[in-house]
Amino acid sequence: MFTLKDYIVPESIEEASQLLNQNRNNVILGGLLWLKMGNKNYNKGIDLSKLGLNTIIENESSIEIGCMVTLRQIEISKVLNTYFNSLLVKSVKNIVGVQFRNCATVGGSVYSRFGFSDLLTALLALDTHVHLFHGGVIPLEEFINMTYKKDILIKIIINKDTRKASYQSHRKSATDLPVLAVAISRYNSHWKISIGARPNKAMIALKSSELLSHRPDQIESACNQAVSEMKFGTNIRGSAEYRRELAKVLIRRGVEEICR
Amino acid sequence: MQIKCTINNRIFVEDIQVDMLLIDFLRHLGFLSVKRGCDTANCGLCTVWIDNKTVLSCSILAVSVNEKHVTTLEGIQDEAIEFGKFIASEGAEQCGYCSPGFIMNVLAMKRELVNPTEDSIKHYLSGNLCRCTGYMGQLRAIKKFLNATRGGCLSESS
Ligand SMILES: Cc1cc2nc3c(=O)[nH]c(=O)nc-3n(C[C@H](O)[C@H](O)[C@H](O)COP(=O)(O)OP(=O)(O)OC[C@H]3O[C@@H](n4cnc5c(N)ncnc54)[C@H](O)[C@@H]3O)c2cc1C
Ligand code: FES
Ligand code: FES
Repeated sequence: MFTLKDYIVPESIEEASQLLNQNRNNVILGGLLWLKMGNKNYNKGIDLSKLGLNTIIENESSIEIGCMVTLRQIEISKVLNTYFNSLLVKSVKNIVGVQFRNCATVGGSVYSRFGFSDLLTALLALDTHVHLFHGGVIPLEEFINMTYKKDILIKIIINKDTRKASYQSHRKSATDLPVLAVAISRYNSHWKISIGARPNKAMIALKSSELLSHRPDQIESACNQAVSEMKFGTNIRGSAEYRRELAKVLIRRGVEEICR
Repeated sequence: MQIKCTINNRIFVEDIQVDMLLIDFLRHLGFLSVKRGCDTANCGLCTVWIDNKTVLSCSILAVSVNEKHVTTLEGIQDEAIEFGKFIASEGAEQCGYCSPGFIMNVLAMKRELVNPTEDSIKHYLSGNLCRCTGYMGQLRAIKKFLNATRGGCLSESS
């Protein structure tokens, strides 16, 4: 059971950041779903709910998702049901249940950079940046591979292009963690294949994406290329061999869905 | 820390530990319909509403409901009894342990979804686990309940 000595609802992001850096055991509270399963003893819990970071904003050229937006807000968002063939909506739909998604936040999900993350896999297939209080605005891909530094993830910024996209995942039961997650997008003739839950963190299959961008008819070669260029591992949900076979099937399905 | 919140239309002002979870706070105040079925935010048994949103009380700090409205099964007795009759007449329940959270989420769904299909009913309720039954009786009960009351249900298979 985790413990908390103090609870604070800061009035500004500067105050939140200051509190976070005051003590190494101070912590940002997202939806708490992951945090509460741990055994750590925290000093101050910092609740960002009064900072107006719980909205999805559509700008002329981007969509901004605040860190306190819940997974359920993504699921029912008009904008996100319109863009990218509802890629983000589809990626969060199978995460536990409606009550859970009403609690879990985008900030907690992206900051944690879980290997199994559906949302991270999907965001990576888009043109996505994260806005960190200290770290500034950086590409998601860079953020995923950064070491964990104490910072506040303020929002996610997605370039609002006309990308087509597809989300594919395989689960042992509807609400379990994914055995494998695949998100694919095509912008003009440029393809992006993102694979997560391998079980390691999502990454782009660069060579395979490039191959498909040059030869979109070569789906089988792209599938084979993807599984040979990235590492797959074994955990209780599946073996590396199984995941490689799954990856080929899910990539094919995604590409075919986009080409339809 | 002192918090003030409304639970089932009654105002409470309580001094609590900041790391107390909402489920324990509610049980401490005597709202014993709220139960724990897991340690991993997976079962849905602890479902309550905060400002009419269906949430897991096992995963929320009690201090965060300061100035908010919480609804538990005790607060919507009449509707729960009405739906309970449909569950009973379908013989859906076995041990019944899953019922409080399940009923809370069904009633939240009734408020949120208009004419849900069978698929959207299943999707809305997939975070409520029942270890005894096969969910079929519950699904029949929900469809009949929605048809008999406001909301309706246009399921593909009925
Ligand atoms: C039972 C269970 C099943 C799950 N299944 C899935 C699944 O199938 N697919 C999937 O993709 N995910 C799944 N998840 C993960 C889940 O969707 C969330 O990503 C996770 O709970 C973290 O989100 P949270 O809002 O609860 O964050 P918290 O638990 O509150 O926080 C997690 C971490 O992020 C930090 N943090 C939170 N917000 C910020 C911020 N704005 N800036 C900086 N740091 C921050 C916290 O300090 C903490 O270290 C599951 C989680 C659980 C508990
Ligand atoms: S007790 Fe199981 S989800 Fe809350
Ligand atoms: S009837 Fe026993 S858990 Fe549902």
